[in-house]
Amino acid sequence: MAQHIIELKNITKSFGTVYALGGVNLHVDPGEVVGLLGDNGAGKSTLIKILAGVIKPTSGEIVVNGERVSNWSPARSRAAGIETVFQDRALAVQQSIVRNIFMGRELAGRFGWLNLRKQVSEAERLMREIGFTSKVFSPNSIVGQLSGGERQGVAIARAILKQANLIVLDEPTTALSLTETAKVFHFVRQVRASGRSIVFIGHNIHHVYDIAERFVVIDRGRVAMEKKKSDIASAQELIEYMECVARSQGVTAGEME
Amino acid sequence: MTEVSRTTATMALHPAERPLRKFLFSNRAALGSLAVFAVMLLVFFVANPRVFSNWGLYAAVLTTLPVALFMVAPLVFVVTSGEIDLSFPAMMGFASLAFAYVVQAGFDPFLGIAAALVVGSLLGFGVGALVVYGGLSSLVATLGMNFMLRGLILIVTNSKSIAVPQLRDSLAFKITSTQIWGIPLQIVWAIAFVVFCALLYNRHRFGAQVHVVGDNPDSANEMGINVNLVRVKVFAFMGVGAALAGVFSTMINFTWWPTSGDGYLLPVIASVFVGGTPPWGGIGTVVGAAVGALTVSFIQTGVLGVGLSGFYVQFFYGLIIILSLLGHRWNQARYR
Repeated sequence: MAQHIIELKNITKSFGTVYALGGVNLHVDPGEVVGLLGDNGAGKSTLIKILAGVIKPTSGEIVVNGERVSNWSPARSRAAGIETVFQDRALAVQQSIVRNIFMGRELAGRFGWLNLRKQVSEAERLMREIGFTSKVFSPNSIVGQLSGGERQGVAIARAILKQANLIVLDEPTTALSLTETAKVFHFVRQVRASGRSIVFIGHNIHHVYDIAERFVVIDRGRVAMEKKKSDIASAQELIEYMECVARSQGVTAGEME
Repeated sequence: MTEVSRTTATMALHPAERPLRKFLFSNRAALGSLAVFAVMLLVFFVANPRVFSNWGLYAAVLTTLPVALFMVAPLVFVVTSGEIDLSFPAMMGFASLAFAYVVQAGFDPFLGIAAALVVGSLLGFGVGALVVYGGLSSLVATLGMNFMLRGLILIVTNSKSIAVPQLRDSLAFKITSTQIWGIPLQIVWAIAFVVFCALLYNRHRFGAQVHVVGDNPDSANEMGINVNLVRVKVFAFMGVGAALAGVFSTMINFTWWPTSGDGYLLPVIASVFVGGTPPWGGIGTVVGAAVGALTVSFIQTGVLGVGLSGFYVQFFYGLIIILSLLGHRWNQARYR
Protein backbone atom coordinates (compact mmCIF):
# COMPACT_ATOMS: atom_id res chain seq x y z
CA MET A 1 0.00 0.00 0.00
CA ALA A 2 1.26 3.39 -0.93
CA GLN A 3 2.00 5.76 1.91
CA HIS A 4 -0.66 8.32 2.69
CA ILE A 5 0.24 11.93 1.92
CA ILE A 6 -1.47 12.95 5.10
CA GLU A 7 -3.47 11.14 7.68
CA LEU A 8 -5.61 12.61 10.44
CA LYS A 9 -6.14 10.11 13.25
CA ASN A 10 -9.00 10.34 15.72
CA ILE A 11 -9.20 14.12 15.52
CA THR A 12 -11.45 15.87 18.00
CA LYS A 13 -12.12 19.57 18.30
CA SER A 14 -14.29 21.36 20.79
CA PHE A 15 -14.99 25.06 20.97
CA GLY A 16 -15.81 25.51 24.63
CA THR A 17 -18.62 23.03 25.27
CA VAL A 18 -19.51 22.62 21.59
CA TYR A 19 -18.05 19.53 19.95
CA ALA A 20 -17.29 20.35 16.32
CA LEU A 21 -15.44 17.11 15.64
CA GLY A 22 -15.64 13.95 17.71
CA GLY A 23 -12.95 11.56 16.56
CA VAL A 24 -12.51 11.84 12.80
CA ASN A 25 -10.14 9.74 10.69
CA LEU A 26 -9.24 11.00 7.25
CA HIS A 27 -6.43 10.18 4.87
CA VAL A 28 -5.41 11.23 1.40
CA ASP A 29 -3.37 9.03 -0.93
CA PRO A 30 -1.12 10.25 -3.73
CA GLY A 31 -3.00 11.05 -6.94
CA GLU A 32 -6.58 10.74 -5.74
CA VAL A 33 -9.51 13.10 -5.59
CA VAL A 34 -11.39 12.88 -2.31
CA GLY A 35 -14.87 14.36 -2.12
CA LEU A 36 -15.78 15.65 1.32
CA LEU A 37 -19.52 15.99 1.84
CA GLY A 38 -21.76 17.01 4.68
CA ASP A 39 -24.45 19.40 5.73
CA ASN A 40 -23.75 22.94 6.92
CA GLY A 41 -22.17 22.80 10.35
CA ALA A 42 -21.18 19.15 9.96
CA GLY A 43 -17.55 20.02 10.60
CA LYS A 44 -16.09 19.95 7.08
CA SER A 45 -14.47 23.36 7.25
CA THR A 46 -13.17 22.75 10.77
CA LEU A 47 -11.57 19.53 9.57
CA ILE A 48 -10.00 21.32 6.61
CA LYS A 49 -8.67 24.09 8.82
CA ILE A 50 -7.08 21.47 11.07
CA LEU A 51 -5.52 19.90 7.98
CA ALA A 52 -4.21 23.32 6.94
CA GLY A 53 -2.85 24.03 10.44
CA VAL A 54 -5.11 27.04 11.00
CA ILE A 55 -7.01 25.38 13.86
CA LYS A 56 -5.30 23.22 16.47
CA PRO A 57 -7.19 20.01 17.22
CA THR A 58 -8.21 19.33 20.82
CA SER A 59 -6.80 15.83 20.48
CA GLY A 60 -5.67 13.43 17.79
CA GLU A 61 -2.66 12.78 15.59
CA ILE A 62 -1.54 14.26 12.31
CA VAL A 63 0.73 12.02 10.24
CA VAL A 64 2.46 13.45 7.19
CA ASN A 65 4.28 11.09 4.80
CA GLY A 66 4.36 8.46 7.52
CA GLU A 67 5.73 10.69 10.24
CA ARG A 68 3.78 12.05 13.16
CA VAL A 69 4.07 15.84 13.33
CA SER A 70 3.80 18.16 16.29
CA ASN A 71 3.14 21.90 16.32
CA TRP A 72 1.29 21.67 13.05
CA SER A 73 0.81 25.20 11.64
CA PRO A 74 -0.18 26.90 8.36
CA ALA A 75 3.49 27.48 7.53
CA ARG A 76 4.34 23.79 8.14
CA SER A 77 1.32 22.64 6.20
CA ARG A 78 2.39 24.70 3.18
CA ALA A 79 6.00 23.58 3.57
CA ALA A 80 4.77 19.97 3.46
CA GLY A 81 3.22 20.63 0.05
CA ILE A 82 -0.39 21.10 1.14
CA GLU A 83 -2.12 24.13 -0.35
CA THR A 84 -5.59 25.14 0.74
CA VAL A 85 -8.07 27.31 -1.11
CA PHE A 86 -10.21 28.42 1.79
CA GLN A 87 -13.91 29.07 1.56
CA ASP A 88 -13.36 32.78 2.21
CA ARG A 89 -10.41 32.63 -0.26
CA ALA A 90 -7.98 34.15 2.26
CA LEU A 91 -7.23 37.23 0.19
CA ALA A 92 -6.15 40.71 1.24
CA VAL A 93 -8.45 42.80 -0.94
CA GLN A 94 -6.62 46.11 -0.70
CA GLN A 95 -3.44 44.52 -2.05
CA SER A 96 -2.34 43.73 -5.58
CA ILE A 97 -2.81 40.35 -7.24
CA VAL A 98 0.95 39.76 -7.02
CA ARG A 99 1.09 40.42 -3.32
CA ASN A 100 -1.81 38.06 -2.74
CA ILE A 101 -0.30 35.27 -4.81
CA PHE A 102 2.97 35.53 -2.92
CA MET A 103 1.38 36.07 0.50
CA GLY A 104 3.52 34.27 3.08
CA ARG A 105 5.83 33.04 0.32
CA GLU A 106 7.44 36.20 -1.01
CA LEU A 107 10.26 35.82 -3.52
CA ALA A 108 13.08 37.54 -1.74
CA GLY A 109 16.81 37.70 -2.15
CA ARG A 110 19.35 38.13 0.57
CA PHE A 111 18.25 40.22 3.58
CA GLY A 112 14.62 39.83 2.54
CA TRP A 113 14.51 42.38 -0.32
CA LEU A 114 11.78 41.35 -2.74
CA ASN A 115 12.40 40.26 -6.29
CA LEU A 116 9.47 42.28 -7.64
CA ARG A 117 10.20 41.67 -11.32
CA LYS A 118 10.22 37.92 -10.90
CA GLN A 119 7.07 38.01 -8.77
CA VAL A 120 5.23 39.96 -11.48
CA SER A 121 6.34 37.66 -14.30
CA GLU A 122 5.43 34.56 -12.25
CA ALA A 123 2.05 36.07 -11.45
CA GLU A 124 1.46 36.82 -15.14
CA ARG A 125 2.30 33.23 -16.03
CA LEU A 126 -0.05 31.84 -13.39
CA MET A 127 -2.88 34.15 -14.42
CA ARG A 128 -2.51 32.97 -18.02
CA GLU A 129 -2.38 29.35 -16.90
CA ILE A 130 -5.55 29.66 -14.84
CA GLY A 131 -7.23 31.59 -17.64
CA PHE A 132 -9.42 33.13 -15.02
CA THR A 133 -8.72 36.78 -14.74
CA SER A 134 -9.97 38.98 -17.54
CA LYS A 135 -7.38 40.80 -19.60
CA VAL A 136 -8.13 44.29 -18.31
CA PHE A 137 -6.34 43.37 -15.10
CA SER A 138 -2.59 43.25 -14.66
CA PRO A 139 -0.71 41.54 -11.83
CA ASN A 140 -0.59 44.93 -10.12
CA SER A 141 -4.35 45.36 -10.09
CA ILE A 142 -5.99 45.53 -6.68
CA VAL A 143 -7.89 42.36 -5.74
CA GLY A 144 -10.80 44.48 -4.45
CA GLN A 145 -11.59 45.41 -8.06
CA LEU A 146 -12.02 41.78 -9.15
CA SER A 147 -15.23 39.77 -9.41
CA GLY A 148 -15.88 36.71 -7.24
CA GLY A 149 -14.73 34.28 -9.91
CA GLU A 150 -11.58 36.24 -10.57
CA ARG A 151 -10.81 36.36 -6.86
CA GLN A 152 -11.21 32.59 -6.76
CA GLY A 153 -8.75 32.48 -9.67
CA VAL A 154 -6.20 34.41 -7.61
CA ALA A 155 -6.66 32.01 -4.70
CA ILE A 156 -6.18 29.02 -7.00
CA ALA A 157 -3.17 30.60 -8.69
CA ARG A 158 -1.60 30.89 -5.26
CA ALA A 159 -2.26 27.21 -4.59
CA ILE A 160 -0.41 26.10 -7.74
CA LEU A 161 2.50 28.51 -7.37
CA LYS A 162 4.64 25.73 -5.96
CA GLN A 163 4.21 22.11 -6.97
CA ALA A 164 1.88 21.13 -4.16
CA ASN A 165 1.27 17.42 -3.46
CA LEU A 166 -2.22 18.07 -2.21
CA ILE A 167 -4.62 20.88 -2.98
CA VAL A 168 -7.64 21.35 -0.75
CA LEU A 169 -10.57 23.20 -2.27
CA ASP A 170 -13.21 24.28 0.25
CA GLU A 171 -16.46 24.88 -1.66
CA PRO A 172 -14.60 26.31 -4.65
CA THR A 173 -17.67 26.64 -6.87
CA THR A 174 -19.89 28.58 -4.47
CA ALA A 175 -21.16 31.77 -6.13
CA LEU A 176 -19.38 31.01 -9.40
CA SER A 177 -20.95 31.17 -12.84
CA LEU A 178 -21.32 28.05 -15.01
CA THR A 179 -18.22 28.80 -17.08
CA GLU A 180 -16.20 29.58 -13.97
CA THR A 181 -17.35 26.32 -12.39
CA ALA A 182 -16.33 24.47 -15.53
CA LYS A 183 -12.89 26.07 -15.23
CA VAL A 184 -12.57 24.84 -11.64
CA PHE A 185 -13.41 21.28 -12.79
CA HIS A 186 -10.96 21.53 -15.63
CA PHE A 187 -8.36 22.64 -13.11
CA VAL A 188 -9.11 19.70 -10.78
CA ARG A 189 -8.71 17.23 -13.67
CA GLN A 190 -5.43 18.86 -14.68
CA VAL A 191 -4.06 18.51 -11.16
CA ARG A 192 -5.29 14.92 -11.00
CA ALA A 193 -3.66 14.13 -14.37
CA SER A 194 -0.33 15.40 -13.11
CA GLY A 195 -0.48 12.78 -10.36
CA ARG A 196 -1.28 15.09 -7.48
CA SER A 197 -4.14 14.87 -5.00
CA ILE A 198 -7.20 16.98 -4.33
CA VAL A 199 -9.65 17.21 -1.48
CA PHE A 200 -12.84 18.70 -2.89
CA ILE A 201 -15.51 20.00 -0.55
CA GLY A 202 -18.89 20.85 -1.95
CA HIS A 203 -22.62 21.06 -1.39
CA ASN A 204 -23.56 20.14 -4.93
CA ILE A 205 -23.49 16.36 -4.80
CA HIS A 206 -23.62 16.02 -8.59
CA HIS A 207 -20.46 18.11 -8.84
CA VAL A 208 -18.66 16.13 -6.18
CA TYR A 209 -19.85 12.80 -7.59
CA ASP A 210 -18.53 13.71 -11.04
CA ILE A 211 -15.10 14.72 -9.87
CA ALA A 212 -14.16 12.58 -6.88
CA GLU A 213 -12.98 8.97 -6.66
CA ARG A 214 -13.65 8.47 -3.01
CA PHE A 215 -16.32 10.05 -0.84
CA VAL A 216 -16.25 10.91 2.82
CA VAL A 217 -19.49 12.10 4.37
CA ILE A 218 -19.24 14.02 7.63
CA ASP A 219 -22.24 14.34 9.87
CA ARG A 220 -22.29 16.23 13.15
CA GLY A 221 -18.57 15.88 13.71
CA ARG A 222 -18.20 12.25 12.71
CA VAL A 223 -17.45 10.33 9.56
CA ALA A 224 -20.86 8.94 8.60
CA MET A 225 -19.73 7.16 5.45
CA GLU A 226 -16.62 6.48 3.45
CA LYS A 227 -16.94 4.78 0.05
CA LYS A 228 -15.09 4.41 -3.21
CA LYS A 229 -16.85 5.57 -6.34
CA SER A 230 -16.89 1.96 -7.61
CA ASP A 231 -19.08 1.01 -4.62
CA ILE A 232 -21.73 3.58 -5.45
CA ALA A 233 -24.03 3.08 -8.40
CA SER A 234 -24.92 6.67 -9.17
CA ALA A 235 -25.08 10.21 -7.88
CA GLN A 236 -28.70 9.45 -7.00
CA GLU A 237 -27.60 6.78 -4.53
CA LEU A 238 -25.27 9.28 -2.88
CA ILE A 239 -28.05 11.86 -2.68
CA GLU A 240 -30.42 9.33 -1.13
CA TYR A 241 -27.80 8.44 1.41
CA MET A 242 -27.25 12.11 2.29
CA GLU A 243 -31.00 12.59 2.71
CA CYS A 244 -31.09 9.57 4.95
CA VAL A 245 -28.36 11.06 7.13
CA ALA A 246 -30.19 14.37 7.29
CA ARG A 247 -33.48 12.67 8.30
CA SER A 248 -32.22 10.27 10.91
CA GLN A 249 -31.13 12.45 13.80
CA GLY A 250 -28.35 10.98 15.88
CA VAL A 251 -27.58 8.11 13.54
CA THR A 252 -24.07 6.69 13.75
CA ALA A 253 -21.95 5.14 11.08
CA GLY A 254 -22.33 1.71 12.69
CA GLU A 255 -26.11 1.73 12.65
CA MET A 256 -26.19 2.75 9.02
CA GLU A 257 -24.13 -0.17 7.81
CA MET B 1 -9.73 37.37 -36.17
CA THR B 2 -10.93 40.93 -35.59
CA GLU B 3 -11.92 39.88 -32.10
CA VAL B 4 -8.42 38.67 -31.34
CA SER B 5 -6.65 41.72 -32.73
CA ARG B 6 -8.97 44.01 -30.82
CA THR B 7 -8.22 42.22 -27.57
CA THR B 8 -4.48 42.51 -28.06
CA ALA B 9 -4.88 46.20 -28.92
CA THR B 10 -6.82 46.81 -25.71
CA MET B 11 -4.18 44.93 -23.80
CA ALA B 12 -1.33 46.98 -25.20
CA LEU B 13 -3.05 50.29 -24.68
CA HIS B 14 -4.87 49.67 -21.47
CA PRO B 15 -4.71 53.02 -19.66
CA ALA B 16 -3.87 51.53 -16.26
CA GLU B 17 -0.61 50.22 -17.76
CA ARG B 18 0.69 53.47 -19.25
CA PRO B 19 3.75 54.40 -17.19
CA LEU B 20 2.67 57.94 -16.27
CA ARG B 21 -0.87 56.91 -15.35
CA LYS B 22 0.44 53.96 -13.42
CA PHE B 23 2.83 56.21 -11.49
CA LEU B 24 0.10 58.76 -10.72
CA PHE B 25 -2.35 56.04 -9.74
CA SER B 26 -0.08 54.04 -7.48
CA ASN B 27 1.28 57.17 -5.77
CA ARG B 28 -1.90 59.20 -5.63
CA ALA B 29 -1.99 59.47 -1.83
CA ALA B 30 1.58 60.78 -1.65
CA LEU B 31 1.04 63.12 -4.60
CA GLY B 32 -2.15 64.37 -2.98
CA SER B 33 -0.33 65.35 0.18
CA LEU B 34 2.40 66.97 -1.92
CA ALA B 35 -0.32 69.03 -3.61
CA VAL B 36 -1.66 70.10 -0.20
CA PHE B 37 1.84 71.23 0.79
CA ALA B 38 2.41 73.10 -2.48
CA VAL B 39 -0.91 74.95 -2.23
CA MET B 40 -0.24 75.87 1.39
CA LEU B 41 3.24 77.15 0.56
CA LEU B 42 1.85 79.15 -2.36
CA VAL B 43 -0.73 80.80 -0.11
CA PHE B 44 1.96 81.72 2.41
CA PHE B 45 4.25 83.01 -0.33
CA VAL B 46 1.58 85.21 -1.89
CA ALA B 47 0.67 86.54 1.54
CA ASN B 48 4.23 87.58 2.36
CA PRO B 49 6.75 87.11 -0.50
CA ARG B 50 9.61 88.83 1.36
CA VAL B 51 9.65 86.52 4.38
CA PHE B 52 9.10 83.38 2.33
CA SER B 53 11.96 84.01 -0.08
CA ASN B 54 14.38 83.95 2.87
CA TRP B 55 16.32 80.65 3.05
CA GLY B 56 16.85 80.99 6.81
CA LEU B 57 13.18 80.28 7.39
CA TYR B 58 13.42 76.99 5.52
CA ALA B 59 16.70 76.05 7.22
CA ALA B 60 15.01 76.47 10.60
CA VAL B 61 12.23 74.08 9.60
CA LEU B 62 14.77 71.63 8.21
CA THR B 63 16.53 71.47 11.60
CA THR B 64 13.48 70.48 13.62
CA LEU B 65 11.58 68.49 10.98
CA PRO B 66 14.05 65.52 11.01
CA VAL B 67 13.20 64.64 14.62
CA ALA B 68 9.57 64.19 13.58
CA LEU B 69 10.50 62.29 10.39
CA PHE B 70 12.32 59.58 12.37
CA MET B 71 9.03 58.80 14.08
CA VAL B 72 6.57 59.53 11.27
CA ALA B 73 8.00 56.87 8.92
CA PRO B 74 7.86 53.96 11.42
CA LEU B 75 4.39 55.07 12.55
CA VAL B 76 3.18 54.44 8.99
CA PHE B 77 4.17 50.77 9.49
CA VAL B 78 2.24 50.68 12.77
CA VAL B 79 -0.89 52.22 11.27
CA THR B 80 -0.68 50.00 8.17
CA SER B 81 -0.51 46.92 10.37
CA GLY B 82 -3.85 47.98 11.81
CA GLU B 83 -2.52 49.26 15.13
CA ILE B 84 -1.63 52.64 16.62
CA ASP B 85 1.20 53.66 18.93
CA LEU B 86 0.82 56.56 21.35
CA SER B 87 3.84 55.59 23.45
CA PHE B 88 6.56 56.79 21.05
CA PRO B 89 7.04 60.17 22.79
CA ALA B 90 7.99 58.44 26.05
CA MET B 91 10.10 55.87 24.17
CA MET B 92 11.91 58.82 22.56
CA GLY B 93 12.47 60.40 25.98
CA PHE B 94 13.64 57.11 27.48
CA ALA B 95 16.04 56.21 24.66
CA SER B 96 17.56 59.69 24.59
CA LEU B 97 17.96 59.53 28.37
CA ALA B 98 20.15 56.46 27.83
CA PHE B 99 22.07 58.43 25.20
CA ALA B 100 22.55 61.40 27.56
CA TYR B 101 23.67 59.15 30.45
CA VAL B 102 26.29 57.39 28.32
CA VAL B 103 27.65 60.66 26.92
CA GLN B 104 27.61 62.33 30.33
CA ALA B 105 29.60 59.42 31.77
CA GLY B 106 32.36 60.29 29.30
CA PHE B 107 31.87 57.57 26.69
CA ASP B 108 31.91 58.20 22.96
CA PRO B 109 28.54 59.51 21.63
CA PHE B 110 28.46 56.65 19.11
CA LEU B 111 28.25 54.29 22.06
CA GLY B 112 25.45 56.50 23.35
CA ILE B 113 23.61 56.15 20.03
CA ALA B 114 23.99 52.38 20.24
CA ALA B 115 22.62 52.45 23.79
CA ALA B 116 19.65 54.57 22.67
CA LEU B 117 18.91 52.16 19.82
CA VAL B 118 19.04 49.16 22.15
CA VAL B 119 16.79 50.85 24.72
CA GLY B 120 14.39 52.09 22.03
CA SER B 121 14.01 48.72 20.32
CA LEU B 122 13.63 46.89 23.65
CA LEU B 123 10.93 49.34 24.77
CA GLY B 124 9.16 48.99 21.42
CA PHE B 125 9.41 45.24 21.65
CA GLY B 126 8.01 45.33 25.18
CA VAL B 127 5.10 47.58 24.24
CA GLY B 128 4.40 45.43 21.16
CA ALA B 129 4.52 42.18 23.15
CA LEU B 130 2.15 43.65 25.72
CA VAL B 131 -0.35 44.73 23.06
CA VAL B 132 -0.10 41.59 20.92
CA TYR B 133 0.32 38.76 23.40
CA GLY B 134 -1.78 40.51 26.07
CA GLY B 135 -4.49 40.89 23.46
CA LEU B 136 -4.96 44.55 24.37
CA SER B 137 -6.26 47.46 22.34
CA SER B 138 -3.16 49.22 21.06
CA LEU B 139 -4.89 52.61 21.38
CA VAL B 140 -5.46 52.23 25.12
CA ALA B 141 -2.44 50.11 26.03
CA THR B 142 0.09 52.41 24.34
CA LEU B 143 -1.59 55.43 25.92
CA GLY B 144 -1.05 53.76 29.29
CA MET B 145 2.55 52.87 28.43
CA ASN B 146 3.21 56.48 27.41
CA PHE B 147 2.12 57.70 30.85
CA MET B 148 3.98 54.94 32.64
CA LEU B 149 7.27 55.36 30.79
CA ARG B 150 7.13 59.14 31.16
CA GLY B 151 6.43 58.66 34.85
CA LEU B 152 9.47 56.39 35.15
CA ILE B 153 11.61 59.03 33.43
CA LEU B 154 10.48 61.66 35.92
CA ILE B 155 11.06 59.34 38.89
CA VAL B 156 14.54 58.25 37.74
CA THR B 157 15.80 61.75 36.88
CA ASN B 158 13.92 63.71 39.56
CA SER B 159 12.58 65.65 36.58
CA LYS B 160 15.98 67.32 36.08
CA SER B 161 17.45 67.99 32.65
CA ILE B 162 20.88 66.69 31.68
CA ALA B 163 23.40 68.95 29.92
CA VAL B 164 25.84 67.22 27.60
CA PRO B 165 28.03 70.08 26.23
CA GLN B 166 30.79 67.58 25.39
CA LEU B 167 28.74 66.63 22.32
CA ARG B 168 29.81 69.86 20.61
CA ASP B 169 33.33 68.62 19.85
CA SER B 170 32.40 65.05 19.01
CA LEU B 171 32.59 63.39 15.62
CA ALA B 172 29.04 62.14 16.09
CA PHE B 173 27.82 65.72 16.29
CA LYS B 174 29.86 66.80 13.27
CA ILE B 175 28.46 64.15 10.97
CA THR B 176 24.86 64.33 12.18
CA SER B 177 24.00 67.84 13.20
CA THR B 178 26.19 70.46 11.55
CA GLN B 179 25.51 72.27 8.29
CA ILE B 180 27.05 71.73 4.90
CA TRP B 181 26.56 74.46 2.26
CA GLY B 182 23.79 75.87 4.44
CA ILE B 183 21.91 72.59 4.52
CA PRO B 184 21.40 71.11 7.99
CA LEU B 185 22.84 67.59 8.00
CA GLN B 186 19.92 66.36 10.10
CA ILE B 187 17.63 66.58 7.11
CA VAL B 188 20.07 64.56 4.99
CA TRP B 189 20.03 61.73 7.54
CA ALA B 190 16.28 62.00 7.94
CA ILE B 191 15.71 61.80 4.18
CA ALA B 192 18.03 58.79 4.00
CA PHE B 193 15.98 57.17 6.77
CA VAL B 194 12.69 57.95 4.99
CA VAL B 195 14.02 56.46 1.74
CA PHE B 196 15.13 53.35 3.61
CA CYS B 197 11.70 53.07 5.24
CA ALA B 198 9.92 53.54 1.92
CA LEU B 199 11.98 50.70 0.41
CA LEU B 200 11.36 48.53 3.45
CA TYR B 201 7.66 49.29 3.14
CA ASN B 202 7.28 48.60 -0.57
CA ARG B 203 10.09 46.27 -1.57
CA HIS B 204 10.88 44.13 1.44
CA ARG B 205 9.28 41.00 2.82
CA PHE B 206 8.66 42.80 6.11
CA GLY B 207 6.72 45.60 4.40
CA ALA B 208 4.71 43.13 2.32
CA GLN B 209 3.73 41.20 5.44
CA VAL B 210 2.85 44.39 7.33
CA HIS B 211 0.44 45.30 4.49
CA VAL B 212 -1.19 41.88 4.46
CA VAL B 213 -1.48 41.64 8.25
CA GLY B 214 -3.16 45.05 8.40
CA ASP B 215 -5.42 44.23 5.48
CA ASN B 216 -6.66 40.84 6.62
CA PRO B 217 -4.95 39.18 9.60
CA ASP B 218 -6.99 35.98 9.20
CA SER B 219 -5.87 35.54 5.61
CA ALA B 220 -2.28 36.30 6.56
CA ASN B 221 -2.46 33.64 9.28
CA GLU B 222 -4.01 31.10 6.90
CA MET B 223 -1.13 31.68 4.50
CA GLY B 224 1.44 30.90 7.17
CA ILE B 225 2.49 34.41 8.21
CA ASN B 226 3.25 34.76 11.91
CA VAL B 227 0.81 37.62 12.42
CA ASN B 228 1.71 38.27 16.05
CA LEU B 229 5.43 38.39 15.33
CA VAL B 230 4.92 40.87 12.48
CA ARG B 231 2.91 43.11 14.81
CA VAL B 232 5.54 42.98 17.56
CA LYS B 233 8.28 43.80 15.03
CA VAL B 234 6.32 46.84 13.90
CA PHE B 235 6.28 48.21 17.46
CA ALA B 236 9.99 47.42 17.90
CA PHE B 237 10.72 49.34 14.70
CA MET B 238 8.72 52.27 16.10
CA GLY B 239 11.04 52.14 19.13
CA VAL B 240 14.10 52.33 16.87
CA GLY B 241 12.68 55.41 15.14
CA ALA B 242 11.88 57.04 18.48
CA ALA B 243 15.45 56.39 19.65
CA LEU B 244 16.93 58.07 16.56
CA ALA B 245 14.55 61.00 17.03
CA GLY B 246 15.69 61.29 20.65
CA VAL B 247 19.36 61.33 19.71
CA PHE B 248 18.87 64.02 17.05
CA SER B 249 16.75 66.16 19.34
CA THR B 250 19.40 65.99 22.10
CA MET B 251 22.02 67.04 19.55
CA ILE B 252 20.13 70.26 18.71
CA ASN B 253 20.97 72.07 21.94
CA PHE B 254 23.16 69.59 23.85
CA THR B 255 20.52 69.11 26.51
CA TRP B 256 18.23 66.25 27.41
CA TRP B 257 14.91 67.43 28.81
CA PRO B 258 12.61 65.31 31.00
CA THR B 259 9.80 66.32 28.65
CA SER B 260 11.79 65.18 25.61
CA GLY B 261 9.36 63.84 23.02
CA ASP B 262 6.14 65.09 24.58
CA GLY B 263 5.53 67.78 22.02
CA TYR B 264 5.71 65.31 19.12
CA LEU B 265 2.72 63.14 19.96
CA LEU B 266 0.00 64.95 18.05
CA PRO B 267 2.03 66.47 15.19
CA VAL B 268 3.56 63.07 14.31
CA ILE B 269 0.20 61.30 14.32
CA ALA B 270 -1.35 64.13 12.31
CA SER B 271 1.51 63.91 9.78
CA VAL B 272 0.78 60.24 9.05
CA PHE B 273 -2.89 60.91 8.30
CA VAL B 274 -2.31 64.23 6.50
CA GLY B 275 0.18 62.25 4.40
CA GLY B 276 -2.53 59.95 3.09
CA THR B 277 -2.28 56.79 5.17
CA PRO B 278 -5.83 55.78 6.07
CA PRO B 279 -6.57 54.77 9.68
CA TRP B 280 -8.14 51.38 8.83
CA GLY B 281 -4.91 49.55 7.99
CA GLY B 282 -3.63 47.57 5.01
CA ILE B 283 -2.39 50.48 2.93
CA GLY B 284 -0.37 53.65 3.41
CA THR B 285 2.52 55.68 2.13
CA VAL B 286 5.83 56.49 3.79
CA VAL B 287 6.73 59.24 1.34
CA GLY B 288 3.29 60.80 1.73
CA ALA B 289 3.71 60.80 5.50
CA ALA B 290 7.08 62.55 5.14
CA VAL B 291 5.40 65.24 3.04
CA GLY B 292 2.67 65.36 5.67
CA ALA B 293 5.31 66.00 8.32
CA LEU B 294 6.73 68.81 6.19
CA THR B 295 3.25 70.32 5.91
CA VAL B 296 2.52 70.05 9.62
CA SER B 297 5.90 71.44 10.70
CA PHE B 298 5.51 74.32 8.25
CA ILE B 299 2.13 75.45 9.51
CA GLN B 300 3.49 77.20 12.61
CA THR B 301 6.35 78.89 10.79
CA GLY B 302 4.05 79.83 7.97
CA VAL B 303 1.29 81.31 10.07
CA LEU B 304 3.78 83.45 12.00
CA GLY B 305 5.64 84.27 8.77
CA VAL B 306 2.62 85.80 7.09
CA GLY B 307 2.27 88.07 10.10
CA LEU B 308 -0.67 86.46 11.87
CA SER B 309 -0.62 86.17 15.63
CA GLY B 310 0.37 82.86 17.25
CA PHE B 311 -3.26 82.37 18.23
CA TYR B 312 -4.01 81.34 14.65
CA VAL B 313 -1.59 78.40 14.66
CA GLN B 314 -3.92 75.83 16.18
CA PHE B 315 -6.78 76.87 13.93
CA PHE B 316 -4.61 76.32 10.86
CA TYR B 317 -3.37 72.96 12.17
CA GLY B 318 -6.96 71.82 12.33
CA LEU B 319 -7.91 73.34 9.00
CA ILE B 320 -5.05 71.64 7.15
CA ILE B 321 -5.76 68.27 8.79
CA ILE B 322 -9.46 68.36 7.91
CA LEU B 323 -8.88 69.57 4.35
CA SER B 324 -6.27 66.84 3.79
CA LEU B 325 -8.57 64.13 5.09
CA LEU B 326 -11.37 65.32 2.81
CA GLY B 327 -8.93 65.31 -0.11
CA HIS B 328 -7.71 61.78 0.59
CA ARG B 329 -11.25 60.54 1.11
CA TRP B 330 -12.10 61.71 -2.37
CA ASN B 331 -8.76 60.54 -3.76
CA GLN B 332 -8.72 56.89 -2.70
CA ALA B 333 -11.44 54.28 -2.62
CA ARG B 334 -11.63 51.71 0.13
CA TYR B 335 -11.88 48.10 -0.97
CA ARG B 336 -13.48 45.58 1.34
